[in-house]
Amino acid sequence: MIQPSSSLFGLGAEFSSAAALLEAAKRIHAHGFRKWDVYSPFPIHGMDHAMGFKRSRVSLFSLLGGCTGLTVAFVLIYYTSAINYPLIVQGKPYFALEPSLPIFFELTILLTAFGTVLGLLLLTLLPRLHHPVFNWDRFQKATDDGFFLVLESTDPRFESASSRQLLEQIGGLHITEIFQDPEETPNPVRQETTA
Amino acid sequence: MRADNPSSQAAFAKAAAYLERQPLVSNHRPLSWITQHVCQIVEERAPKWWWILTFLFGGMATLVPAMLTYLVSTGVGVWGLNVPVCWAWDITNFVFWIGIGHAGTLISAILFLTRQKWRTSINRSAEAMTIFAVICAGIFPAFHVGRVWMAWFLAPIPNANAIWQNFRSPLLWDVFAVSTYFTVSLIFWYLGLIPDLASLRDRATTRLRQMAYGLLALGWRGSNRHWTHYEKTYLILAGISTPLVLSVHSVVSFDFATSIVPGWHTTIFPPYFVAGAIFGGFAMVLTLLIPFREIYHLHDLVTDKHIDNMCKIILLTGSLVGYAYSMEFFIAWYSGNPFEIYAFTNRAFGPYWWAYWAMITCNVAAPQLFWFKYCRQNPWVVLAIVMFPNTGMWFERFVIIVTSIHRDFLPSSWGYFSPTWVDISLFIGTIGLFVFLFLLFVRFLPIINMFEVKGITPQADPHAHDAEENHAHSRQTPTHTPSQVHA
Repeated sequence: MIQPSSSLFGLGAEFSSAAALLEAAKRIHAHGFRKWDVYSPFPIHGMDHAMGFKRSRVSLFSLLGGCTGLTVAFVLIYYTSAINYPLIVQGKPYFALEPSLPIFFELTILLTAFGTVLGLLLLTLLPRLHHPVFNWDRFQKATDDGFFLVLESTDPRFESASSRQLLEQIGGLHITEIFQDPEETPNPVRQETTA
Repeated sequence: MRADNPSSQAAFAKAAAYLERQPLVSNHRPLSWITQHVCQIVEERAPKWWWILTFLFGGMATLVPAMLTYLVSTGVGVWGLNVPVCWAWDITNFVFWIGIGHAGTLISAILFLTRQKWRTSINRSAEAMTIFAVICAGIFPAFHVGRVWMAWFLAPIPNANAIWQNFRSPLLWDVFAVSTYFTVSLIFWYLGLIPDLASLRDRATTRLRQMAYGLLALGWRGSNRHWTHYEKTYLILAGISTPLVLSVHSVVSFDFATSIVPGWHTTIFPPYFVAGAIFGGFAMVLTLLIPFREIYHLHDLVTDKHIDNMCKIILLTGSLVGYAYSMEFFIAWYSGNPFEIYAFTNRAFGPYWWAYWAMITCNVAAPQLFWFKYCRQNPWVVLAIVMFPNTGMWFERFVIIVTSIHRDFLPSSWGYFSPTWVDISLFIGTIGLFVFLFLLFVRFLPIINMFEVKGITPQADPHAHDAEENHAHSRQTPTHTPSQVHA
């Protein structure tokens, strides 16, 4: 019987394929877990639905960025050309929509891009220097060809023994406890590779 | 409908085999093979040829700072520019390089939105090429302003003269268009690199590599709670890059089209420039990709089908460009404007006739060879043919720019432009810089977008099994068992 430790991050399991991971995710979601995640080398089609995600809100940040960009462009052109220093050039009006459109467009695109990336970083809480899942050495395969599922210990439904059983039932392999402290997580792979 | 007699069955099988889609990754390569094969390029010791080429092109690239120093310290007169030809090689080179970049954004954004899965193995290198080409492009207008130390006047910063930029000028639009294009392309490229940098981090054998790639990967761990936002971000960036790439060369063409110079003042310019940019860009993608595909044995990832597709795009855009050339002539004649008619007759039969016919040969005639399957299937033939668009697109810009202005309205203001050694050396320098940057890219970053290629393999599709059960489509060959799918 494994004693749950206060520094336990969660219980990790590996799956043999994208399809197996998707199936497992559906089961975990059906069990009502909230604090869990799957890890894969590429986004798996249908996984968002299996994990019960709603639409990503990155688009909201894009919209905000785009609106800011358009406003900045308008204020910049109007203020500098028509208010602060009106200057007649080739008899053209101080401000007109037509010559302003390219810059409206470019600044809208530029700030949409900034907004989108900022939104991504905020929603994913990246960049981040370390994460407990990296303490598990098998996890290196998550960026190669490994498919992982981690149940986090902060989930109210998490209970070390029964969760391990559940992961076994749904086909999880190499089930391992992941600790916050790198020294505590068993790392059979690390010994193999260093040997 | 299947007929029962054997001969029509054989014909059916032949047709089915012909219609069957070729896999995007040949030889059913497993996921780990893709990681290993791509990362190895970065991880192995730098090969000897790499050092030789890097020194060679790096040496060529030093011509850029050398020529620019000479230019600034001596004066703009060291370029061959003089009235009436005040735009020549500098602007030609600018448009040439910026055009090359367009293929990268087309592959990464437009082909993404149109769900062209074959883009995945070529988008990384094409996007890198975009960024390096825009860097080369930016040098020319920056120094063409004359007093480069005043180039910051282009940015809307309050200054001692209290005068703002002229937002009614297409040249200022160009500043915004090109800088936005560069920034967004860079963001898009880096975003796509993050999961692959994480792969390199996790495979790192030295502390330095682990730290460097680890910092660049931003702590990416392949979490699906991240992928969901990541995919959305990628989609939005592709969505905004699509109009952006079409706008950049349109804005570049406004530099000419909004003037009243015969030969420049045409409404066909924006689509014509964009088609030409994609044409020249794809030619450059193939020029870079075919040698590296051979050197690094990437045939299973960049298959013959990829090259075939790109050749078809070159054929299409080359024909569009050819149509634009003929339409320019037709409109010049149809307008009845003697200056317009003269500008075009002078282009084809005047003192710069050689440039015009070089352009026609390279851009209109040469790509027609891609109608033949043989020419699209043999990489070395492809490489030979794409050298024509590479050259032709430079001539196109030279023809448009120089022939239109070298004979002004009054014969007293006629002239003939010849480049000086500084013009030529600076251009050669940018070619060196471009290849040098690409060599560094190949050495330090994954040349193939691994996570996207993995995503289009059959084993990545979790519904492949369902599809077989439902007989939704019978694309799988009979020997294709589920165990192979999950291999």
